[in-house]
Amino acid sequence: MFVYVLFVATVPKTFGVGNWRTTNFGSAVQDPSSFLKIVLDSLTFAAALFIVASGFALIFGLMRIVNMAHGSFYLLAGYIAYEVQQGMTGQGFSLQSSEVNTWEWIVPLVVAAPCIAVVGFVVQQAFLRWNQGQELRQALITIAVSVIVADQIIAHFPRNTSEGQRFGGNAVDLTWPGWTDRFVDLHIGGVQYSLARLVMLGIGVAVGVGLWLWLYRTKTGMVIRAGVDDRQMTAALGINIQRTFAIAFVVGSALAALGAVVWASQSNISSGQDGQWLLNSLVVVIVGGMGSIFGAAAGAILFAFVSNFGASYLPTTGTDCCTQYSSILTFVLIALVLAFRPRGLFGRSA
Amino acid sequence: MNPAGWTRRQQIERGVSAAALVLVLVWPATGFSTYWAHAILTETFLFGIAAASLIFLSAYGGMVSLGQTALFGIAGVILGNLATKGGPGGTSKGLHLGWDPTVALVLAIVLTTAIGVLLGAVAARSAGIYFLMITLTYSVIATYTLGQVTKISGFSGIGGINRYTPGWIGNILDHPNRLYYIGLGVALGVYVLIRYVIRTPFGLALQGVRDDPVRMSSLGYNVALHRTLAFGFAAFVASLAGILYVWWSGQIAPGNVDLPQTIDLLVMAVIGGLVRIEGAWIGAFVFILMQNYITSSTHVPWLGFGGTLFGGSFNTIIGIIFLVIVLVSPDGLLGLWDRFLTPGGRIRWRRRRQAAATEPAGLTPAG
Repeated sequence: MFVYVLFVATVPKTFGVGNWRTTNFGSAVQDPSSFLKIVLDSLTFAAALFIVASGFALIFGLMRIVNMAHGSFYLLAGYIAYEVQQGMTGQGFSLQSSEVNTWEWIVPLVVAAPCIAVVGFVVQQAFLRWNQGQELRQALITIAVSVIVADQIIAHFPRNTSEGQRFGGNAVDLTWPGWTDRFVDLHIGGVQYSLARLVMLGIGVAVGVGLWLWLYRTKTGMVIRAGVDDRQMTAALGINIQRTFAIAFVVGSALAALGAVVWASQSNISSGQDGQWLLNSLVVVIVGGMGSIFGAAAGAILFAFVSNFGASYLPTTGTDCCTQYSSILTFVLIALVLAFRPRGLFGRSA
Repeated sequence: MNPAGWTRRQQIERGVSAAALVLVLVWPATGFSTYWAHAILTETFLFGIAAASLIFLSAYGGMVSLGQTALFGIAGVILGNLATKGGPGGTSKGLHLGWDPTVALVLAIVLTTAIGVLLGAVAARSAGIYFLMITLTYSVIATYTLGQVTKISGFSGIGGINRYTPGWIGNILDHPNRLYYIGLGVALGVYVLIRYVIRTPFGLALQGVRDDPVRMSSLGYNVALHRTLAFGFAAFVASLAGILYVWWSGQIAPGNVDLPQTIDLLVMAVIGGLVRIEGAWIGAFVFILMQNYITSSTHVPWLGFGGTLFGGSFNTIIGIIFLVIVLVSPDGLLGLWDRFLTPGGRIRWRRRRQAAATEPAGLTPAG
């Protein structure tokens, strides 16, 4: 009940931020269509956040491993998918949506996700498995992995830039398939909204539903939930907990890859985003509660609303033309949540 | 000659420390290598101070903080905003208030410590791995805040701060030896101060909080308050490093506090070992040596380097070294030293590792 009240009470607060500045920038009442657009932007960004962060939360919840390489996995997946898409379309540097068909978007995804899953599996088996229970050491190991992966990405990606030159880790675009490149009339306040972002929202919801079905309606999911509650007891019951750990790590890494393909199609992929997405995942699970799927969803929505509304509705004009406060608001969000719920909104004590 | 019944290990360690101290004291006077004095050793002193604040929290508070780089940068930014002057020949970014540098210096330390207490209070109810995650977000948020709030810094940062040093220090651009000795003095002062603080009632209670927060809480100690104060003290230490850094390099920018820098500081602390304060300067020294000599001269063909941005080869090498150290000796170089010097140290280390593996979640320091 308390969780519910806090969750509901915090969301209007972010709406309040939007309304509070309305006198300067046109309120939700005066300009409902831009308000609605920002709501939709937040929701669709939350979908991408949820996909990436749910993988992070799955790994953390079961194994207590803070996978500091999650952002690096994200970045690597984005570059792999980009290379595959470039290879399939045979194009040069940047692509128009109309030049990409559905398969040329799905195949990069289907290649990138297993690649990252394999990378995750190798890291888990080679380095993390025999350090079970030493959380800090595992975190340090994944930091080392992230340093190596980030540097190798700069050394090797993107491969086929123009004139055979290699600019390590520069920004490249993944492209949505052509049929998503149009605006849909939502018939609410005359809002025209990008179909690609709605597809992204759909994928996010599908991942959420899929994870819920997997965790709450299958035997593997049951074992994982048992492992989250009590690893030793689960192992003592004769369940092969190591196999479960490996499955969770593989799925968690693949979710980072899926999120990367989805968000890189909307935005772009460039070196340095590994840190950005590690931060995103961390904020989402800190706010939402460690290791809970519902927590990841709630955290993703809150974080997306705070950062989008902060960027859109707080003053950015005047002498300090480019000042943005969204990162400070992110800190305020963390501080507020942790002040009342030290383990996050949906967190339970370990 | 064996005064006061020192063990053989103490003899060796104190002998080596004394020799190293004498060496760094006379180094600039020998005129052997000013590059070593003004680039490598001065940098070692100041990053060692920052790493010492991290090791203090980890070894005595059980909190591995990745927020020290943020505090380090906050101190530098405050100093840069208060002390520099605008106008022709001045700095282009920041508020350039042009206050007296001594006032700016004191304010930078006080404000950073206050911010540290605030950040510590937010994170204080968690420990171990949660603390690591929360402080990591501090660091990344500090980077983006500095980058986005153009009034105080912006992405290009503030430059030319080393021209505004207090009068009693004088011009450190013309007299880099002064900065060298200030760095050495502050480093020694920080070392002695930390050794003192861990022996005070507060320090002892903090170690109790590290070992068993529940028991300390039921004994009537305020666990969150102890953690908050420890974080504030570490912020004070980190602010000293931040000020020395802006005097040394002259500039502070979001790039000085971003995720790679945060990880670099952690790598220094881990190389030295997260268990003893001395490790901070040893780790910083080893790291800066590698940074200076690997980047410029090493080419690693079989990893596919050459012609890449951001000094490509160095980070992979440092990542691999970091990985090996964490896998082989979680207590860093000093941990290795302990193991090979102490009789039975190997066995004790292994036992400790097993004990660590069975302890409850979230309370175990590295290893």
